[in-house]
Amino acid sequence: MDILGHLNYWVVVFLMMTGFYVVIASGNLVKKVVGLNLFQASVFILYISMGVVTGGEPPILRDGTDVYSNPLPHVLILTAIVVGVATTALGLALAIRIKEAYGSLEEDEIHLKETEGLNDTSNHSGESAGGIDG
Amino acid sequence: MIDEQLSVLAVVAPLLAAPLCVLMPRARWSWLLALVASVACFAISVRLFVLVQSDGMIVTPLGGWAAPWGIEYRVDPVNSLVMLIVSGISSVCLLSARLSINKEIDSSRQPLFYTAWLLCLSGLIGMTVTGDAFNLFVFLEISSLSSYVLIAMGRDRRALTASFQYLVMGTIGATFIIIGVGFLYLATGSLNMADIAVRLPDTIATRTMESALAFLTVGMGLKIAMFPLHLWLPNAYAYAPSVVSAFIAATATKVALYALIRFLFTIFGYQFSFVEMPLSAILAVLAVAAVLVASTVAIFERDIKRMLAYSSVAQIGYMLLGIAIASQAGVTASIAHIFNHALMKGALFLALACVVYQIGSVMRDDLTGLSRRMPWTFGAFTIASLSLIGMPLTAGFTSKWLLVQAALAAGWWMIALLVLIGSLLAVVYIWRVIEIMIRPPAENAPRQEAPLSLLAPAWILALANIYFGIFTGINIGSAKAAAIWLLGGVS
Repeated sequence: MDILGHLNYWVVVFLMMTGFYVVIASGNLVKKVVGLNLFQASVFILYISMGVVTGGEPPILRDGTDVYSNPLPHVLILTAIVVGVATTALGLALAIRIKEAYGSLEEDEIHLKETEGLNDTSNHSGESAGGIDG
Repeated sequence: MIDEQLSVLAVVAPLLAAPLCVLMPRARWSWLLALVASVACFAISVRLFVLVQSDGMIVTPLGGWAAPWGIEYRVDPVNSLVMLIVSGISSVCLLSARLSINKEIDSSRQPLFYTAWLLCLSGLIGMTVTGDAFNLFVFLEISSLSSYVLIAMGRDRRALTASFQYLVMGTIGATFIIIGVGFLYLATGSLNMADIAVRLPDTIATRTMESALAFLTVGMGLKIAMFPLHLWLPNAYAYAPSVVSAFIAATATKVALYALIRFLFTIFGYQFSFVEMPLSAILAVLAVAAVLVASTVAIFERDIKRMLAYSSVAQIGYMLLGIAIASQAGVTASIAHIFNHALMKGALFLALACVVYQIGSVMRDDLTGLSRRMPWTFGAFTIASLSLIGMPLTAGFTSKWLLVQAALAAGWWMIALLVLIGSLLAVVYIWRVIEIMIRPPAENAPRQEAPLSLLAPAWILALANIYFGIFTGINIGSAKAAAIWLLGGVS
């Protein structure tokens, strides 16, 4: 297999796994959002690099060029970038609300406070640690 | 003329009403506008459903750009049914939303709540009508982002962490879906679903297509809450505002399931998904595991909203099992169960909205004597519960019966047995709740029936469970037509 010829895919895979790892391994909610962002960004690169046509010019109408790179994936990824920005914004906004409500952004501390809430009568509904998602 | 544009109108009506909701000076007007937009969407869905039943598929190219260059909306027997249920449930839930939301959300934030609701509705409808794979991803994100907001508006602070967890898992799922769509585009050069399906056979046996199928199945699996990717679901349903639980539980996972059906059968085709790839075996194992594990967990759950959430995971197992059987009978059962489950879970969560409104708690121990304290709420809850268990003469029975028949016809008698065991587990967890509700209440417990505007929506859905259990023309009949449409020659 031509390893260098697939360089873009290696970059994508590396970025994607890094982002994925941060999402899973990090206990800090802001870091999780950043990891998620990295994860999405790797897919943007996948799309952008797939638009390349060998020997193609940038897709601008000019005299003397017949072969253009495919602009469609670039347009698609503009939409995906917008979606990614919205997701990041919402994730960070939620992180701020969580910080206000729990006084922490660390997953284990939040989890501890949730399980404490079990004995707290002001919190009306039940077990958060129950079930198989505990 | 207008009939051809209806599918676009169904998406645009809630999308346009959404920003208007924010501008309304009073929360009550936002509610009214949201209700009007949702009912309009439902009316359009009914009209489209009737048109599709009589004339077949309706194709609308957006902006006059013919496919595969432009995006087109396709309404066929499969998605017209899903559209009907999504817009119908949204309208019924909005009916009870005003009182329930008044109690659970500050009036200053209510207009934003209805905006998010309408965005979610238009995203879900968009996902069902679109015939373009990338457009489906965009609508998926519209509906997901707004449902994270809806869930985060719950009273309990755990709603925030539940929403965050859903956001992380939902985004990973959605990203997997664009990777899958990207691979499809890479191999076929098209994003139009019908066009991809035509071009796919040339490249079908490549690693690219195999990984596209894997990414799309796992991505959709996250949105569907396919076991074991369901971890976001219990908390999200339990801590969301009551009507949001009803709306999301009845629609969001169903639309994602529809999208999976669309990818597996319309785009990849039966041959590739189920004969060349071992998807049948994988889905069947996961589905049965979902039924057994989630039902067992539900038995020990003290919070009834969480119990119903686990029950949803189990019910999704039944729908996936229908897909795994991949016969016409199996897919019929699956689509019929999408319809029926929306009715029963909608009714159950709306009955719980009455309970939350009057009692303020959904812990099992706080509901002692509910049958005397809130007899009408108890009635609606019981009817929907019977449907969930699968009693004859209720909607839940019809689709489970079809599923067992389909499993037996495919020679999967072991699976059929496990479906029955799953139903028995449902009897156990439902009975543990009903048993507490019919105990005599404490001496001083007042009779405190919920107001009519909360009871009526719950009863509408509860009666629908009985109606569709007896007259199965709409749910089973059109599910059968949809399965024939999807599977074509395969029997």
